[in-house]
Amino acid sequence: MRKFLRTVFLIDLLEGLLVTFRSQHPRNICTEQYPAQRPKVAERYRGAPRLNINPETGETLCIACNLCALACPEALIVVSSERNEQTRRKELTTFTYDTSRCMFCGLCEDACPVDALELTQDFELASYSREGAIWDRQMLEEGPKPTQYKF
Amino acid sequence: MESTFLDSTELVLNMGPQHPSTHGVLRVILKLDGEKVIGTECVIGYLHRGVEKISENRTYQMFTPYVDRLDYVAAVSNGLGYCLAVEKLLNVEAPPRAQTVRVILTELNRIASHLVWLGTHALDVGAITPLFYTFRERELIMNIFEKYCGARLTTHAFRIGGLQYELYDGFEEEVKQFCDVFLPKVDEYEQLLTENRIWVARLKNVGILSAEDCKAYGVTGPVLRASGVKWDLRKAKPYSGYEQYEFDIPTGENGDSYDRYMVRMAEMRQSVRIIRQAVARIPEGPIMAKLPKVIKPPVGEVYVSIEAPKGELGYFVVSDGSTQPYRVRVRPPSFVNLQALDKMARGGLVADMVVIIGTLDIVLGEVDR
Repeated sequence: MRKFLRTVFLIDLLEGLLVTFRSQHPRNICTEQYPAQRPKVAERYRGAPRLNINPETGETLCIACNLCALACPEALIVVSSERNEQTRRKELTTFTYDTSRCMFCGLCEDACPVDALELTQDFELASYSREGAIWDRQMLEEGPKPTQYKF
Repeated sequence: MESTFLDSTELVLNMGPQHPSTHGVLRVILKLDGEKVIGTECVIGYLHRGVEKISENRTYQMFTPYVDRLDYVAAVSNGLGYCLAVEKLLNVEAPPRAQTVRVILTELNRIASHLVWLGTHALDVGAITPLFYTFRERELIMNIFEKYCGARLTTHAFRIGGLQYELYDGFEEEVKQFCDVFLPKVDEYEQLLTENRIWVARLKNVGILSAEDCKAYGVTGPVLRASGVKWDLRKAKPYSGYEQYEFDIPTGENGDSYDRYMVRMAEMRQSVRIIRQAVARIPEGPIMAKLPKVIKPPVGEVYVSIEAPKGELGYFVVSDGSTQPYRVRVRPPSFVNLQALDKMARGGLVADMVVIIGTLDIVLGEVDR
């Protein structure tokens, strides 16, 4: 009997509609208006790679140990270095990072012994060409510069 | 009288690979008699990336991010299975703290996977509203993952031997808060769907799979449990300390699509139960077992299976003593469950195909690998 009445008075459908209408309140809106409203990603977010420099001297922190290149599953990091005859230390010459093949697993970051290579919170990595996705040392140190839109 | 094409009663129809309701790139060749399905054939492989082959020239640690890409809506579960397999090969065990955190994250991932399933399945059947609500709650889980390990979907949360990242401040509170927020929301989904006459009419007695058929096809997961078989690897072969938690195995009776829906809804509630117990007792201690930097397991082979959101996810790893696995074979639940599609669809209507594919909860990344 109860079931019959529920069927006749469309209770099952109205209950569903009740849920829908309860969610209409502006307080319950959770859509993010992306380019206008920029998301704040987590501190540990694995986004664009960055090669850290010493902020005081401007020198790179990278010691050219090649561990990140060895840890990378896709082998997309190429590190080259030359030996400085005066200080007898390896110095970084070029550092290439192919972001087009990167899956942001964070293994390079974990492998780095001096916290030079880091995956940052920048997440806008689009470029107009395939070559633009291959980042050189300068690009890695400066980071991506996404277009800022005004609304 | 000359026969024309109109006389033909059998019609072969191609469903997919571009069909939005095949959940990816599944192609089903349907043999129809009017509206009735009299035979199906699955064509898979459109998403084949050769993950198993990739494993053969990567070291053990390097391969962990790739397993996330098998079942991409439940990346954490995939990672857990692989890490457990290699740990068994190495004969080490993750520390208790790591195990508890693993349980929390995999259960959260189970909820996330079931939410994606519920949203898309309801969308296939014609109820658009649940999709927005389920993805709203899934966002909370994704935020927890993002804060914990830095990625939302392909998380790479676990490493061989334990965890890479320590818990962030406020993890426990956030997970507890999620549990409190989430349980009323499950009731809300049920209010939208469970008694809805269209939902019931589309799902009841559609795609019936008996317990015997399930066993014959090797079907696992919620599909098996909906047929009334009480089989859950978390209870049957506990791993990662699942034996310490209290939870029930929800089962169905008829093995139809509606039962599978009810089982998955109940599983989400059970997952919340496990998470609540686990969060209350995260032990202190290290998060990583003592392992050498270069992992070189002894010669041998090992099979480890876990209860992924979709069923039994197994990893068969063969080691030849070097730093790279000789072979990694994945037993994906979706691939095995997909075999039962023909059995379920035969004799049904074309419109039911969408329901049956949806209710199997397949992810093509896992089917094709």
